[in-house]
Amino acid sequence: MLLLRLMRRPFFWIIALAIAVFAIAPTIGNNVQLRESLLLAALYITLASNLNLMLGYAGYINFGSIVFFGLGGYICVWLVNSYSWPLGWSLLAAGVCVSALALFFGLGILRLRGAFFALSTIGIVEAVQAFTENFTPWGGSSGIYLPGSIFAPLGGAGHALWVIYFIMVAVMGASLYLSYAIKSSKFGLGLLAIGQNEDAAAILGVPTPLYKALVYSVSAFLPAIAGGLYFFKSAFIQPSDAFDLTLSTESLVVAMLGGQGTVTGVALGAYLYEELRGYLLTSSTFANFQLVISGALLLLIVLFFPGGLMGFIYSRFPRTQKVLE
Amino acid sequence: MLGILASIIDGVLVGLVYGLAAMGLTLIWGVMDVINLTHGTMIVAGMFGLYLLANALGLPPYMALPPVLVGGFFVGVLLYWVAIHRMVGRPPLMSLLSTFSVNLMLVGVGTAVWGTALFNVEVSVPGISMGRYTFPGAHIVAAVLAAVIAGSLYLFLQHTRMGKAVRAVANNREAAELVGIPTTRVLAITVGCGVALAGVSGMLIGTLFPFTILSGDGYQLKGFVVTVLGGFGNPVGALLGGVALGLLEGAVTPFVPVSWTLVIEFVLFVLVLIAFPGGFFASRRGAL
Repeated sequence: MLLLRLMRRPFFWIIALAIAVFAIAPTIGNNVQLRESLLLAALYITLASNLNLMLGYAGYINFGSIVFFGLGGYICVWLVNSYSWPLGWSLLAAGVCVSALALFFGLGILRLRGAFFALSTIGIVEAVQAFTENFTPWGGSSGIYLPGSIFAPLGGAGHALWVIYFIMVAVMGASLYLSYAIKSSKFGLGLLAIGQNEDAAAILGVPTPLYKALVYSVSAFLPAIAGGLYFFKSAFIQPSDAFDLTLSTESLVVAMLGGQGTVTGVALGAYLYEELRGYLLTSSTFANFQLVISGALLLLIVLFFPGGLMGFIYSRFPRTQKVLE
Repeated sequence: MLGILASIIDGVLVGLVYGLAAMGLTLIWGVMDVINLTHGTMIVAGMFGLYLLANALGLPPYMALPPVLVGGFFVGVLLYWVAIHRMVGRPPLMSLLSTFSVNLMLVGVGTAVWGTALFNVEVSVPGISMGRYTFPGAHIVAAVLAAVIAGSLYLFLQHTRMGKAVRAVANNREAAELVGIPTTRVLAITVGCGVALAGVSGMLIGTLFPFTILSGDGYQLKGFVVTVLGGFGNPVGALLGGVALGLLEGAVTPFVPVSWTLVIEFVLFVLVLIAFPGGFFASRRGAL
């Protein structure tokens, strides 16, 4: 039902077009460099869109979204390495496990509201990192290395990278449609109400604790799969990479840059940020100052443009509000 | 048995320093409802202030205290104007984001300059022996200094004109403005004091343990736990909360690996928040 309703709106097809561009562009002329850059962009879009479910819709800052990504990576790499599971099943298992864990924790910590929730997500990062560093089946602080032979079932390393890329684009597409579908559903309306005024929402009959726990859990699923893919691709995982503060922060910057609460904005923000970052990393002056630049960018947005890119576009071209969600 | 007792006494000593570290956080939180996410990095800044003054300039370690205190105050006032001034009165999530982004910049500059290597400042103060156990002198001096600084903060808040203004602003900003208190200046000074406290506590922690540029996260988390234990915006409660946390650490360390203590503290944080939303030692709102 919801799907049919969505398909009648132009925005549904705009997303489809974006996914098609991502899938086709690098295959023209076998452009590996473009593929790697788009892979990162797809990863940013996935992480930021799912973060946006919490941040933009429900108004809850999750400083620990990286936990989903890292745990998903660990579960997937571990299943592939120790139990020789095929990649597809490992990814699915990673998504389901992390979602279930998030639901479990979510019912606990989401009873905390506003700032306290944000603080406890910082704690979750520390707790999960401490857990993985001490958990011997996951190699403790030295992590897990995958042998080169794991790419064999996917047709060798060269072919496997293309398979991974297409799965990542699919995950990105799923994230965009998920954001869009939630925004157009009753569930999303409830979340937006929570974001506006949690007490009022509760009084009007929105089951706030349940909705918050659900969205927390839903926002964990696709990032966990993305994490599995990412670390499968690099064939190596260790706690400091898996729970890297930088990526967590970048998702926040991206979501704020594009405009929290919007689907288009977050995707646009992710793409722009990836391009900017690619430039910064190659320039020798800025390579060491990536965190500084992310921080400065975030500060400027928070201080002067709290609506982000889409806030600017909406105010300049009010008509776009009807088309771009 | 004596081992556990010694461990507990040491926990209290270190806990006083944690309490001091949390005081700056809870002061800012209580007065303007802003959670300062640069707090951990300001603690680390204190540690590096100590390192530079003691190791590079060759000052005796405890002589680093006055410069760190004064420097921290000015850094805090600057922080207020850059990141907090426009956020006061807006949803708390915005100030979380703005202080978070300043923190990123500071951590970014710090890691670019110093890397993530371990730093250490040698402090030689004779310890006090009790049977087979020796309490490190550095722990005792740090605890005494922390108690003295915490006491002076209490006196400042209770008995000076400025301190009373801070409490008035915490209680009701509009009313304070109406009776002629320059609230903006008071807020800036409050952030200055909060950051100065963070710096000093960092300096004291630096005399106890080795540190890296990223140590701040752990101490910031401890700060939240202490704040929650002690009640929000309650500096005296923060000191008690710090001691409670130190006791817990002292009692727990003989039995579990060190890297788990942070997890245990975090679980405590969530449990206390759920069970006592106002904080454990919070007797009344606005204890400032």
